[in-house]
Amino acid sequence: MFSGASFFYRRLPSPLHATRAVVAAAYGAALAACALITENPLLLGVLLLAVLAAASAAKVGWQLAGVLRLALPMVLMTVLINVLVSRNGLTVFARLGDWGVLGQVDLTVEAVVYGCVMALRLLVVMLACLLVVCTANPDELLLAFRRISPHSALTATLATRLIPVLGQDARRLAEAQRCRPDGGARGMRGKLAIVGATVSGALDRSLDVAAVLEMRGYGARGRVPAARRALSRHDLAFAAAAVAIVGLSVFAAFSRTAAFQAYPLVSMSLSPAVFVLATLTFAVALAPFVDRRGIEP
Amino acid sequence: MSVLAFERVGYRYPTARVDALRDVSLSVAPGEFCVIAGLSGSGKSTLLRAAAGLVPHFHGGGFSGSVTVGGLDTREHTPAAIGAVAGTLLQDPETQVVMNTVRAELALALENVGAGAVSVARGVEETSLALGIGHLLDRVTAELSGGELQRVALAAALVARPALVLLDEPTSQLDPVAGDELIWQLRRLNQEADTAILLVEHRLERCLAAADRVIAMADGSIVCDSDPRGFLEWAGESEPALQTPGARMLDLLGLRPSPTGVKQARAMLRAHGLLTAPGVCRERHIVASGGAQPARHPLAQAGRSSLHRLLGKDDGQDKPVLSMRGVWHEIRDGPAILRGCDLELQPGEPVVLMGRNGAGKSTLLRHAAGLLEPTRGSIKCDGRVALLLQNPGDYFLHERVDAEASPAALELVGLGGLGARHPRDLSGGQRQRLALAIVLGGDGEQPATVLALDEPTRGMDRAAKRALARWLSRRADEGRAVIVATHDAEFAAGFATRAVLIADGRIIADGPVAELLAGGWYFTTETARILDGARGALTPEQGAALLRQRMAGEGGPVDARIVEEVRQ
Repeated sequence: MFSGASFFYRRLPSPLHATRAVVAAAYGAALAACALITENPLLLGVLLLAVLAAASAAKVGWQLAGVLRLALPMVLMTVLINVLVSRNGLTVFARLGDWGVLGQVDLTVEAVVYGCVMALRLLVVMLACLLVVCTANPDELLLAFRRISPHSALTATLATRLIPVLGQDARRLAEAQRCRPDGGARGMRGKLAIVGATVSGALDRSLDVAAVLEMRGYGARGRVPAARRALSRHDLAFAAAAVAIVGLSVFAAFSRTAAFQAYPLVSMSLSPAVFVLATLTFAVALAPFVDRRGIEP
Repeated sequence: MSVLAFERVGYRYPTARVDALRDVSLSVAPGEFCVIAGLSGSGKSTLLRAAAGLVPHFHGGGFSGSVTVGGLDTREHTPAAIGAVAGTLLQDPETQVVMNTVRAELALALENVGAGAVSVARGVEETSLALGIGHLLDRVTAELSGGELQRVALAAALVARPALVLLDEPTSQLDPVAGDELIWQLRRLNQEADTAILLVEHRLERCLAAADRVIAMADGSIVCDSDPRGFLEWAGESEPALQTPGARMLDLLGLRPSPTGVKQARAMLRAHGLLTAPGVCRERHIVASGGAQPARHPLAQAGRSSLHRLLGKDDGQDKPVLSMRGVWHEIRDGPAILRGCDLELQPGEPVVLMGRNGAGKSTLLRHAAGLLEPTRGSIKCDGRVALLLQNPGDYFLHERVDAEASPAALELVGLGGLGARHPRDLSGGQRQRLALAIVLGGDGEQPATVLALDEPTRGMDRAAKRALARWLSRRADEGRAVIVATHDAEFAAGFATRAVLIADGRIIADGPVAELLAGGWYFTTETARILDGARGALTPEQGAALLRQRMAGEGGPVDARIVEEVRQ
């Protein structure tokens, strides 16, 4: 029920974990940005594969696979909604008549294709963000954030700490309910009771965490000085990969090498250049994982 | 110049009807090691919160008088400013840790006082090594056990080398080994860095030997402020529940002055000819019912029959109510938490489960209650296991006590008249009893044949522990098997007849409590330490009875009648 707590950072022996958090975040952000820049389904498919392969190489593939399962209904819903509301396609394959608020509903191939592209894009962005959550040290990120905006960082710190604390509270409450002779309330009623108890305790919990932050002198001295750290080989490799991935996408968008149009009729460039771009994107995204020196925590 | 000064401080929480602090005045000098003693609700934690500036800044309420910490008046300075002078560790370790990794947690306090990168790195390294958590530095805090979290939170409080350290029961989640280590680490910090320590602790036997001064509180006021020996003299006359077991044992014999630790007690007994030189004579016999087999509770047989009748299984067979065979709990991509555990519980048997933090005690109880499925092995239970987990508050979902449990169950735990109260308005002990009522169930439910409790004495004073031990003994008398996972050997000695020691997921010892606890050094009571485990005497009363027999020149096992006489 409260599986969210399993998606947290844990230092694992992988090149991506061995990079500094800002670089790891930039790498994930580059993959997400790529998905937002390009619309070409082939490139989006390659990006999805690249994110999954990167997660696997970073030993967090099972976490992303878990999310993938949860995301499938959302992906199908995205496609379905687009098919039902889009009026731009020309190739009608089903006429469903008048649906009241939706008006005349004609299902078109173009709407299906564009729905799939949007779903694919959503999936890549979501998984790339999750890759950052699982591989970028949140404390390092918050520290970097504190140098920019201490008060926003305080809120973010409280939230990031409170989420696992409340997750643990909810798990404990659920376990305690199972200890009741009748096994506690089941189904949605039981879940709602636990969520209610967790939420009602959230204020106390947030006060506890805030009190500790206060006692530790959080923000008492203003901006925190940055620690100097030499760039590791992995920092350099992932930073270069992030720049290259975005560069390739921008090039593809501006040169219209990987042009794609869903409406009114589907048209997609499948020239050799697109395949070269796709191969390059995949190779560049995964190249930093080849060097496995110095990756142990 | 004091590092902490209270001047006629009074305080009342916003919704409270009585004052939590009344006219409190005290002064702590640099380098002083002070222990704050008192029963639950006496104002100890509020005193610490006032010293940390949380009272009144965080809690609101009515505040009078003044508190000065390192020259900072808490009315004028925020807890953040006071945090630069005083490191604080409160009770619940889960909310004492605010960052995601241990390294960041330790670095936070240093960064906040403006330390440079080199100082931060050195401080984190040195503190982690000093507290034995170097191996945890890159671990995620969400994955740490309660004991590990407590040590990390303590390290975070100490890392900036504050002039004053405020600690609220820092050993409550630690096993005896880690608890003793922690006290000596505090003493070392106090001696070498001249850090003043203000320590709230219920297990006074653990820390009095290290303390310079003891401040006892009752009803929000300071009722005793003395050196440890003076405090024990006061406790003997005014509040026996605060006596250490060693002091109580010698008090029962009429020996004065009260000893503050094992070494002093042994020296006194030796001076009176009641203890031989170390290692000369080791009488390791079992009290009264000794033997190799696990002892049975005296009323267990009668209770067993009544419970079997209740279950409709009065067949006269001496069958275990819980049987675990070769139980393994292996985590995918992780360690094995239990490794082939075999355990049988007989009806009416009071058993204590002991072991270090992370040994597998809680996991074993969860398997017994069916909350976890063994990856290998089997568990059979004749009836139901009622499991009380560590946080009683987790059981409460309703607005009224009588909505949580049946009237019969509330009567059983002594909460019959409190049905209209809100569960969160109950005291700590009452909340625990309400949680027990919930897991025991009412008339219409399958009766619990096994009662399992996980660390039930956390944060309890000695009087509350005695009351719980008596209540558990009565449940055993009724025929229920009772199994309690605890680090508290004094509590274990008060009710159990059988002890099971678990280490690294394996049951390494299982036998009569007197034999198992008397022979140990860490998993033992202060009485057994003083008497070197002689004749299995574990409690002050048993120890005093043994010494009386020695005075009278009698040998043999400790006579239970003399123990009862001493107790009277």
